[in-house]
Amino acid sequence: MIKTLAKSIREYKKYALITILCSMIEVVFEIVIPLFMSQLIDRGIEAGNMNTVLKLGVLLVFFAIMQLITGFLSARIAAKSSAGFASNLRQDMYDNVQTFAFSNIDKFSTSSIVTRLTTDVTNVQMAYQMLTRMAIRSPAMLIFAMIACFGIDAGISMIFLAVLPVLAVGLYFIINKVHPLFTGVFKTYDKLNNVVQENVRGMRVVKSFNQQEHEIDKFDAISEKIYMDFSKAERIMSLTSPLMQFCMYACTILISWLGAKAIVASGNSTALGLTTGQLTSLFSYATQILMSLMMLSMVFSMITIARSSAERISELLNEKTDIRDPADPVMEVRDGSIVFDHVDFAYSSKADKKVISDANISIRSGETIGIIGGTGSAKSSFVQLIPRLYDVTGGSVSVGGVDVRQYDLEVLRNSVAMVLQKNELFSGTISDNLRWGNENATDEEIREACRLACADEFIEAMPDGYDTHIEQGGTNVSGGQKQRLCIARALLKKPKILILDDSTSAVDTKTDAFIQQSFSQYIPDTTKIIIAQRISSVQHADRIIVLDDGKIADVGSHQELVERSPIYREVYESQQKGGSEDE
Amino acid sequence: MSNKTPSKRIGKLDFQTIKRIFSYMSRYKKSMVMVILCIIISSVASVAGSIFLGTLIDDYITPLLADPNPVFTGLLKALALMACVYLAGILSSWLYMRSMATIAQGTLKAIRDEMFAKMQTLPIRYFDTNTHGDIMSRYTNDTDTLRQMINQSVPQLINSACTMITVFVAMLIQSVYLTLIVIVSILLILQIVKFLTGRSGFYFMRQQETLGDLNGYVEEMINGQKVVKVFCHEEKAREAFQEKNIAWRDAVTNANGYANSMMPIMSALGYIQYVIIALVGGWLAISGATNLTILGTGTMTLGTIASFLTLSRSFNGPISQISVQFNSVIMALAGASRIFKLIDEKPETDDGYVTLVNARENPDGTITEADHRTGIWAWRHPHQDGTITYTKLRGEIVLDHVDFSYNPDKEILHDITLYAEPGQKVAFVGATGAGKTTITNLINRFYDITNGKIRYDGININKIKKADLRRSMGIVLQEVNLFTGTVMENLRYGNPNATDEECIAAAKLANAHNFIMMLPQGYNTVLEGDGSGLSQGQRQLISIARAAVADPPVMILDEATSSIDTRTEALVQRGMDKLMEGRTVFVIAHRLSTVMNSDVIMVLDHGRIIERGSHDQLIAKKGTYYQLYTGAFELE
Repeated sequence: MIKTLAKSIREYKKYALITILCSMIEVVFEIVIPLFMSQLIDRGIEAGNMNTVLKLGVLLVFFAIMQLITGFLSARIAAKSSAGFASNLRQDMYDNVQTFAFSNIDKFSTSSIVTRLTTDVTNVQMAYQMLTRMAIRSPAMLIFAMIACFGIDAGISMIFLAVLPVLAVGLYFIINKVHPLFTGVFKTYDKLNNVVQENVRGMRVVKSFNQQEHEIDKFDAISEKIYMDFSKAERIMSLTSPLMQFCMYACTILISWLGAKAIVASGNSTALGLTTGQLTSLFSYATQILMSLMMLSMVFSMITIARSSAERISELLNEKTDIRDPADPVMEVRDGSIVFDHVDFAYSSKADKKVISDANISIRSGETIGIIGGTGSAKSSFVQLIPRLYDVTGGSVSVGGVDVRQYDLEVLRNSVAMVLQKNELFSGTISDNLRWGNENATDEEIREACRLACADEFIEAMPDGYDTHIEQGGTNVSGGQKQRLCIARALLKKPKILILDDSTSAVDTKTDAFIQQSFSQYIPDTTKIIIAQRISSVQHADRIIVLDDGKIADVGSHQELVERSPIYREVYESQQKGGSEDE
Repeated sequence: MSNKTPSKRIGKLDFQTIKRIFSYMSRYKKSMVMVILCIIISSVASVAGSIFLGTLIDDYITPLLADPNPVFTGLLKALALMACVYLAGILSSWLYMRSMATIAQGTLKAIRDEMFAKMQTLPIRYFDTNTHGDIMSRYTNDTDTLRQMINQSVPQLINSACTMITVFVAMLIQSVYLTLIVIVSILLILQIVKFLTGRSGFYFMRQQETLGDLNGYVEEMINGQKVVKVFCHEEKAREAFQEKNIAWRDAVTNANGYANSMMPIMSALGYIQYVIIALVGGWLAISGATNLTILGTGTMTLGTIASFLTLSRSFNGPISQISVQFNSVIMALAGASRIFKLIDEKPETDDGYVTLVNARENPDGTITEADHRTGIWAWRHPHQDGTITYTKLRGEIVLDHVDFSYNPDKEILHDITLYAEPGQKVAFVGATGAGKTTITNLINRFYDITNGKIRYDGININKIKKADLRRSMGIVLQEVNLFTGTVMENLRYGNPNATDEECIAAAKLANAHNFIMMLPQGYNTVLEGDGSGLSQGQRQLISIARAAVADPPVMILDEATSSIDTRTEALVQRGMDKLMEGRTVFVIAHRLSTVMNSDVIMVLDHGRIIERGSHDQLIAKKGTYYQLYTGAFELE
């Protein structure tokens, strides 16, 4: 896990090293300063020597300024290094998501990807910053301070050795106890957020079924659990500070006692033993030792909190795309012919039920194919195999006479345009959205594509025409308009194969027929595959595939199928009953 | 994530919000008093420790040095006393931290629960006009910053303030002159603190803004990730992301850079201050100057200087603590004020007093209230003169010259009049934006009409209690919302008392039984993430079954079968017909096949009913409906 994350440090490695270096220098000054302070008291004030006081004072001010500079630098650079690492980490995650195949995308929910890219990265960033600033500094401080103490009086310094284990065991106990609690709390938080999200989205349902009380009870129960667990964890955490105080105070009293005895024994003479000035320094070092231990314990607890975030991040980073370019890819798609050869498909290799089983069909380049089938008959799965959005589990799909797995993915997908059932437009102008199909499309080309998709009229009727701003999710255009924009976007790719997955459902029959007509007129060489729920959208196709429960039940022209396919006839009749020109 | 408080507010404390947060803590009044007491004890104990170190040298060690036969009992006693003081300090700091954990979490729970309960009372308008991400972030980001503030910043601020005061008094006891030096230097240091907090505060706000921006972008792009793949748009998506990511990085670098440097700068300045005091103190001691304290005058001694130096360090400590906490307090207050804004939203008003009760029909035709479920419902209508009348629930709905607008400047519905007899099926047809869904929003009072009247069984719906009005109506929407839980729990959502058999019967009616049985655990399969494992069509079938379980006399079907293919719809139709039997039903559908068999079809255009009548009548009329039907007209 650490290895995975560490890969993202890259160019910020040197900043991390500078941070560590600076904090080491800082430590040196923090150690030296108390030493000189005791000198100042002993040799200056005690001796009544103002000259020494002045000299040592100037030296101390110099040290303090040096410490200020290194401290400031290490603080700034630590921020730079951790923010840089975090942004690299985030970019790496996002980049990896971009390589994902559909099957990988299905595995992670949108909200879980978003959390990983935001909250989890922030957690790791904070922990990393803490780590670079404190992880080296604190132990160094501890060691230096210990050396200094032993230098002053080894006997008295043994006190620290006695107190340290008490503190270490105490902190270990606390962290160990608290970590599982916090992990649990975060899980409960997820539940709480889920309830809120469902309510915000489904408020109409909640209100129309009068379930407000029920929802409040549900929320309160989870909220109560968070309260209980969180305050329990915090109560245990609240032992940390008193424990620290206990150790510090114990040291103070012991040092006072032993120190007083030692000073009296030596007669307050440096040559014979401890002096009052040195006693003051001992107190300073005691504080430093304990503070660095405190810092270490904070580093530990931050790491424990960030650990679950880091795990989630590396999960996303380590997810390898299921679909990769072949080693020696074919770089050109010859034509728009498609062959399904004994194709089997399942979304998960573990699933015992195949979504598609033994599908065989050969489609000529330029042919128009309709696909009809009930809810769950695998229509979408069927066409998604063509641009290799999923890989077949058995058999093969070929485009232009070559197995799709041998193409360079970008080449293949640029030749196969697909309008998905779940259409998405992105915030930006209409032209911006259309240019997804072809970045360099001229205004003329864009207008042409819109004409073919019957989108030109309503776009030109809009106040800003092609510069009209589309809201996030395309909420400011109607369903039918959105579908036509998506078709125009796909047409701009000038594909060899065009797949429409139920993409004209919200378009009226007349416009639908017009779009079909312009397809056959203007892009006769493009293979067109049209999934539809209404017969009128497909009845003029060269051939129609009837899918039933993942199998090709029949293939033929409208007339043939009406005569011989019971499923097709049933669909046809259900729509006839509703009027020959349904919708 | 969109904590877009203007950056200029940095550095100003929002006292209104602070007061309000404390009002939530007031139920912990006793604990709070104890907490403050404990904080005072613990800070006094720690200051006492510093003072003791001063007296240690002067009062104990120096006399002992002079004594040829040193006796340590006095020192021992003093140390024992100190041990007791320290112990009291440790105990009280443990006590206050412990209770603070409970207080913080309890306060947060109170705020959170109130916010959620309040949210349930807000009108639908609120959810239609605020983005969901924005509402969500109050439960996540805002509550989180608030938690950190109550749990860490508040006790630390109180503690620091107490320590500062105690140390200040102690310093005055030691030496007034030296204290003056400390005051002057602290004032200088505060200028630097002000600069640093100002800068870091500015960038912390930037950080929140850029993070919000990033969040929004990621959400949009990940939602459309499949489109990104289909169009090979990965490289572009990556570049746009990188731009936002770098903006975030720069803001964070600066925010943390300034915030991080606070501690080292404060500590270094503390050393310089230390040296100055040592110099001045040393000079005073050597020159044998008199020492002015608030307790009187004496001579400056070595011990005085030593303990004063320690004290001055303890004085700087809390000041840097407060400075470090300052930013998080400001951010938390911004979050808290957003939470309070939600709590202060005006709730949905409900002046209704007509309620729905179980009833019994007497042989003479009168209606009396029953105390158990009878299958017959009646409106209990109390009048001003104290009498109560009962009207049988029949499902008659009348719209009488209804006008409506979401915003005062744009009227959505204009002069709508319609009668729906009990058991009738009324359909609405029209283009997007014609006002079809709006009418149903008015009938169940998600929105209130501007002019005119809506009557339910002859009663003005404004007089009916909203909960009872909605209980009498089932609604199936195009956007299906399911809740985390088993299929059975979802079916039972509108009627918690329904038996398993009733739910299964409803599922069969909606043609949902078959696919539910194919799910891994059948009716006990847990649906998660809004039933994301199901297809849109399957979700609609569950939603229809859910409405059937609730068994309301009036039903509203808003594009309820739009994602179900026509073949399945034909199968569902039989069940639907049975479901609609004896109920007043409002149907909005895109497919004319769905609405054809309605008793009345209303053709809406720009908020007006332009045609009405049965299918045959409208076809004969050869008007807009006829055009729609023949496909000569676009329907969106």
